[in-house]
Amino acid sequence: MKAKHQRLILALVALVALVGAGLLAASALKDEAAYFYAPGDVKAKGVEPGKAIRLGGMVVKGSLKRAPDGVTMSFDVTDGKATVPATFSGIAPDLFKEGSGVVAEGSFDGKGTFIATNLLAKHDERYMPRELEGMSYNETTHELQVEK
Amino acid sequence: MHRFANPARFLKIARPLTGWLFWTGLVLLLAGCACGLFVTPADYLQGQTVRILYIHVPAAWLGMAGWTGIAVAALMQLVWRHPLAAVAGRAIAAPGALFTAICLATGSIWGRPTWGTWWEWDGRMTSMLVLLFLYLGYIALANASARQGAGQGGVSNVTAIFGLVGAINIPIINRSVVWWNSLHQGPSITLRGSSIDMALLWPLGLTVLGFSLWFGAIVLMRMRAILAQNKVEARMQRLARG
Repeated sequence: MKAKHQRLILALVALVALVGAGLLAASALKDEAAYFYAPGDVKAKGVEPGKAIRLGGMVVKGSLKRAPDGVTMSFDVTDGKATVPATFSGIAPDLFKEGSGVVAEGSFDGKGTFIATNLLAKHDERYMPRELEGMSYNETTHELQVEK
Repeated sequence: MHRFANPARFLKIARPLTGWLFWTGLVLLLAGCACGLFVTPADYLQGQTVRILYIHVPAAWLGMAGWTGIAVAALMQLVWRHPLAAVAGRAIAAPGALFTAICLATGSIWGRPTWGTWWEWDGRMTSMLVLLFLYLGYIALANASARQGAGQGGVSNVTAIFGLVGAINIPIINRSVVWWNSLHQGPSITLRGSSIDMALLWPLGLTVLGFSLWFGAIVLMRMRAILAQNKVEARMQRLARG
């Protein structure tokens, strides 16, 4: 066997071991590296009240209610498996709206309501022009209307 | 590949190729940026903010492609002892780090108006930041080993092994939004097609191709500079010996 082939085999074995180690580490990190808890995770594992976490999911359509003070709002977060009520007092990002993704930082109170201290908007991987398929867009409310 | 083990033969092709890549790339990326800024419609959700896509995506692609290039060069150096491989690895590192930094900066600027944050420690952002640190480590190792005169202006075997090991981060960056739930959205362009509408997508092709050709031109320029530096050093040593 030539030295070149020896080095090639050594390098390939090292690469396979490296990829294996990487995959093992990645799968071991599956829960720890998650950026947020989905409502389904909260239901399955349980999160004790007061523990600072991030809660991520979709804002249920029709659930967003704003209090008269103008800064407090309540909404439901869902991932299709479970739904969690949440409240937030402060300035939400522009893209925060019903039917869209949200990541809320905060903790649960004793009654199972998530008290958010900060809201982040999460958008999906679709990009398209507003004029597509007869949709119209409201600049101020970020509401998308389908024109019939 | 071994035809180019002779630097003279490599330079004969690299010299005219540099200009072609540089100018074609520049024209394409400027055209892509102009179309992305002025021609395409705004996004239905993000509005005008979406236009940063035309810089952010090519920068991310080149940051990751650059390290893949370093890993391939490292493999060629370690296994086949190709004399140009080490020079190529060293030449790729600086532009690769630059584009990774551009990706992080544009992502941060994009994140503020859309997500509502400059920075979050989610899987995609963290793994991309790790890539930047890997580049900086590689550059430091490469410079240190080049100063000690290992190889012909190239990098030491330790540096090459570092380049190979660091490649594990590339699939992690790619899969980070699939394996772990993250703030960054999932992949838009997959084997099954694109979830970016054609009306917004086409200038991205221009900027990705343009920046890639430009990247190639920068790498060739740097390789030629390193080879020229080698020649100077070899001549100086001969002179010193008398």
